[in-house]
Amino acid sequence: MATKKFIYLNRRSSFGTVYAIESLEVVLIAAAFEQDVSLAFIDDGVYQIVEGQNADGIGMKNFSKTFHALGDYDINKLYVSAESLEERGLSADDLMPLVYEDEDDDWVEKPSIKVVSNVKLSKIMSEQDVCLSF
Amino acid sequence: MLHTVNKSSFERNSLKSCLNTIDDTSVILLIEDGVISAAKNTNASMIADLAAQGRVYALQGDVEARGISSKLADNIKLVDYAGFVDLVVEHGTAVSWV
Repeated sequence: MATKKFIYLNRRSSFGTVYAIESLEVVLIAAAFEQDVSLAFIDDGVYQIVEGQNADGIGMKNFSKTFHALGDYDINKLYVSAESLEERGLSADDLMPLVYEDEDDDWVEKPSIKVVSNVKLSKIMSEQDVCLSF
Repeated sequence: MLHTVNKSSFERNSLKSCLNTIDDTSVILLIEDGVISAAKNTNASMIADLAAQGRVYALQGDVEARGISSKLADNIKLVDYAGFVDLVVEHGTAVSWV
C-alpha cells in the first residue's frame, strides 16, 4: 500500500468535547496502516498534552497517558504551536515528556514533541498529502 | 445570580458575553472548558477584577483534569460539586452561558 503523509490538527482541549479522544483513535488507526503520521497541537489543543492531568474528579478516562504509546507506533512528529502555548501562559516544560526510540540511531530515546512557530507549522502542513481536523 | 461558563474563552465568546451583562452582586463559576479562563494566561485580565472581589469560582475536578492546578490566576476560588450546589442555593437564579 502506498504511504501518504497525514497530519492531524488538534485544536480543542481534552474533555469539553469528544474531538480530542476521537482524534487519538484515528491517529492510531493510521499508524496501524503504517502511514507517515504527524500531529499538530494548536489553540486549546495544546492542553491535550499538558503534564499532570487528573480526571478522577470528573469521572472521565484520562486518555492523556495514551500519548506515551505513540512512540511505539512510530508516531514521533508532534508539533506544538509556540504562539498557542505562549497565549495560554504555558511553555515546553509544562508538556508531557513524550519520547520515541530512534531505530536509525541505536534506539536512543529522543523527544517526540517539537515546539514550532505558526510560520513553520504552515510549512509543515503544506508538505502533507492529507490534513485531518479535530 | 450565579453565572456558569463552560467554554474556553480562547474558543468562544461566552465568558465575554457573560461579563458584558453581569450585575454587581452576581458571581461566576467556571466549569468544564470554562476553567481554562481561570489559568494565568493572556485572557486572565478578563476576570481579574471580579476575582479580586472574590466573585470568581472554578470547579476543582475540571481544573485538575486539565492539568492547570498549579497555574491558576490570583484570587480564583476552587469549589467541589458540593460547593457548586451551595453556590446555587446561595445565589438563587442560575444562568448557564452554554
